[in-house]
Amino acid sequence: MTITVKITISLKDGMLDPEARAIQHALSNLGFETASLSTARVFKVGIDTDSPEEAEIMAAEMCDRLLANPVIHSYELEAVK
Amino acid sequence: MRFAVLQFGGSNCDQDAHHVIEDVCGVDCDLVWYKEGFRRSYDAIVIPGGFSYGDYLRAGAIATRTPVMQDVRQHAAAGGLVLGICNGAQIGAESGLVPGVFTTNEYPKFICEWVHLKVENASSPFTSAYTEGDVIRIPIAHKEGRYVAGEGVAKRLMDEGRVAFRFCDASGNCTPESNPNGSELNITGVLSEDQNVLVMMPHPERAAESVLGSEDGKKLFYSMIDYCERR
Repeated sequence: MTITVKITISLKDGMLDPEARAIQHALSNLGFETASLSTARVFKVGIDTDSPEEAEIMAAEMCDRLLANPVIHSYELEAVK
Repeated sequence: MRFAVLQFGGSNCDQDAHHVIEDVCGVDCDLVWYKEGFRRSYDAIVIPGGFSYGDYLRAGAIATRTPVMQDVRQHAAAGGLVLGICNGAQIGAESGLVPGVFTTNEYPKFICEWVHLKVENASSPFTSAYTEGDVIRIPIAHKEGRYVAGEGVAKRLMDEGRVAFRFCDASGNCTPESNPNGSELNITGVLSEDQNVLVMMPHPERAAESVLGSEDGKKLFYSMIDYCERR
């Protein structure tokens, strides 16, 4: 069976998010005043296994070795089937 | 003496670097396609600018995970020189050859302009032809060039003499106004612990001939050549 892990990669707290700032500015131009806004990137990775735990362990290793940069990023994993 | 310029899919400053090393500085230089790898040893490896793999995922992230980068790490571990310029700097940082990361500019647009740099360390293999405190003029061209090293790391790098260049004004003052991309402490040239790896966002190869408006970058290549001759 294939388990899909949803990987969400965000900037760590306190990291400058220039893209979010530009989007907030554009929203403001449209009349939407926002108290906060942050960006994140989502990957959905299908892994052939019966074990959600095993899938998440593999996804975490993918984040540590490629998908995230530990200097600026944190990530969250969710096995979603 | 022989240098190599490493080419990835999307490198686009490879020919410029090769031209400066071979035609301007008179050092033999090979263009090495990443899939072919290194067929001999080199005194120095230059990772040039460009947009390897379309900057997918993060600038430099994909190129960093190619097998040839293991050879670059081994070359560096053995004391060989590695110079990463612009995309090459992003690759060098992603590879862990130096601490930190070059990420989206504070104002998220592509900046292509001449800047002033202050030479912070003039004793490294890449900067010995300069004098500490020199103000040099070299262009930048990037959107992901803001240096972030994490809490306390940037200051430690300064204290350890591992910062080669910082953005400054024409008088050598490193001010917020002279920091085009929001880099921590205006840092834009970082050395490895042993100082045989330098990564930098500005393009010294674009400032190595007077016809281009500045020769200030040429001293960087001369420094490398001098170091390799003595080694």
